[in-house]
Amino acid sequence: MQQEAMAREGSTGLPAAEFRQGSALRQLWETNLEVFQRDRMALFGLIVFAIFALVALFAPILAPNDPLTPLKNNDGDWIKDALPYWLAEPGEDVAEGYTNDFLLGTTNIGRDIFSQLIHGSRAALLVGFSAAAAVAVIGTVIGLLAGFYGGWVDSVLMRAADVAFGIPFIPFIIVIAAFFDPSIWNVVIAMAILLWRDTGRVIRSQVLVIKEQAFVSAARVSGASNLRIIFVYIAPSILPLSFLYGSFAIAWAILTEASVSFLGFSDPETISWGFMLQDAFLSLALTRGAFYWIIPPGLCIMLTVMAGFFIGRGYEEVLFPRLRRM
Amino acid sequence: MNRGVITYIAGRFLQSVMVLWIIVTLLFLLFRLAPSNPLASYIDTTFTKEQEAALLARFGLDKPLGEQYIIYLLNLARFELGDTFSYSGKSVLDILSADLPNTIYLTLSSLLVAYGVGVLGGILMAALRGSLFERVGTTFTLMTRAAPTFWVGMLLLTFFAFQWKLLPSAGIAPAMVRFRWETEWDKLLSPVFWRHMILPTFTLAVYLHGLPLLLMRSNMLEVLDQDYVTMSRLAGYSEWRVMIQTAARNAMLPVLTALTLGIGYSIGGNVVIENVFSWPGLGRTLVRAVQQADYPLAQGAFFLIALIIVFMNFIADILYSLLDPRVGASAQAQVS
Repeated sequence: MQQEAMAREGSTGLPAAEFRQGSALRQLWETNLEVFQRDRMALFGLIVFAIFALVALFAPILAPNDPLTPLKNNDGDWIKDALPYWLAEPGEDVAEGYTNDFLLGTTNIGRDIFSQLIHGSRAALLVGFSAAAAVAVIGTVIGLLAGFYGGWVDSVLMRAADVAFGIPFIPFIIVIAAFFDPSIWNVVIAMAILLWRDTGRVIRSQVLVIKEQAFVSAARVSGASNLRIIFVYIAPSILPLSFLYGSFAIAWAILTEASVSFLGFSDPETISWGFMLQDAFLSLALTRGAFYWIIPPGLCIMLTVMAGFFIGRGYEEVLFPRLRRM
Repeated sequence: MNRGVITYIAGRFLQSVMVLWIIVTLLFLLFRLAPSNPLASYIDTTFTKEQEAALLARFGLDKPLGEQYIIYLLNLARFELGDTFSYSGKSVLDILSADLPNTIYLTLSSLLVAYGVGVLGGILMAALRGSLFERVGTTFTLMTRAAPTFWVGMLLLTFFAFQWKLLPSAGIAPAMVRFRWETEWDKLLSPVFWRHMILPTFTLAVYLHGLPLLLMRSNMLEVLDQDYVTMSRLAGYSEWRVMIQTAARNAMLPVLTALTLGIGYSIGGNVVIENVFSWPGLGRTLVRAVQQADYPLAQGAFFLIALIIVFMNFIADILYSLLDPRVGASAQAQVS
């Protein structure tokens, strides 16, 4: 499977260095284009991310209320547990507790659920993309160094990967969260420390194949330094793989952030979808069957995680064409 | 079993011990060099300097770091995990050994359901490849992998426990009645326990079945392309016999390796579900210990989970090398 991908990657010729550099980057761009043109699911994922990114960017404008402030009605009473207006039977008077102002109702202390949902996209995308970037960059650099240098560099880095594989992921984040102030960045740090392991291993094995190819020897003969060979000649060929693992990492990061917030290890001042679900869980929204509170955050998590999966699969199908035939 | 294989296993075992030693060392550093004092939750503002010093001495925290580290390693090697802060009079080992079986029951039962459904589903998807059913089924499986497990658990709780009142919502026994099972056997033979296990098991299986299903499906498709499958088709065997007896048996091997790895990682990943269902296992204890700043307990729970993961990684490696002759050969070449 990997050999076939390699054959694709290495198939360009090896003219002068400057031209190769340009062509490698163009090849990378073309791979990215191919992923989203060929694969409708990957395109769907991209659109989902784009929409949520816009929502996150304009959250303060889009959200009708402050997500953290409990709201009062004109009489000065807290608007607790208000049902969304569309849950009222048609023709029925909008009874007490039903409100036209809140699309998804309010929480048990009177916070606007819809506004929380909109603000939650910020934490999800921030954690998702920064953790994915950290994982992809660290994994790629470690894979490149281990694969290119071999010897003791390789041994040390791959044993480090073994250690990272032996550390339980969620428990590790919980322990980290216990020692540092609660913050969504704990998830990003923990992911950066542990999850480069898969990316690093796969990229290392690809580099082992690439570095035997003619254009690498040619570069070496022409006097290019090791770092130049690694980052200018080899890196562009394996970058699509980094994107593949990066896309999956976005999905994992969003899921993980949600889980950690649900367990109560996130910053209570930052609204996230996981925090909303924890809030609902602890205030017995389940026993009341408050679906308007429980379902929307979960759906948002699912949509963004699926977007990451779909884009990752899109890369997989372009990079490993045998999967596509199946 | 030839000598090469034994050398390989011994090498892998040593490597696992090394990995565990590094993890344990990192764990030690993490807990000792943490910004907050490990006894912060213990020490009252009313404590005198002497009382504080006595307390530090009791937990061995007055000794130099190097000496603490040696004591810590020796204690771990003897499975001596110390005393808890928050449960008075109980040792960490007492608590963890009560939790571990519950975590294992939940992990194994959910993996059993997930891999049963996943393997059969994968065969079905491979047999129906290209059909609408296959596309919808695969997309649905991807969706279950994208849904946060705790959310699936919350939805199932809402319907089955609260709306329809069919199943218990939390724990391993009713809270009102004082349930005491003398032995683990009594617990395992008790229908009450199994009733409590249904919802968490099912929740985990919803998530876990995706990996074996997708893996089985793509392995099946790969195997179905092979000559020996074509041969048995030509020999006139029925399609189902070709599918099950010839293809599925060969496609199973990578799924078995995934199952072995899955046991380790599920035990670490159950943390969230154990908290949703108040399941008295390692994960819930870990979260509680961290919340109550009970460092010995948190450290012990983390160590136990890491130990299981490293051990299962080791087993999966061995299994993989024994089942796949190519890996075995190259592994032997590496060792020798």
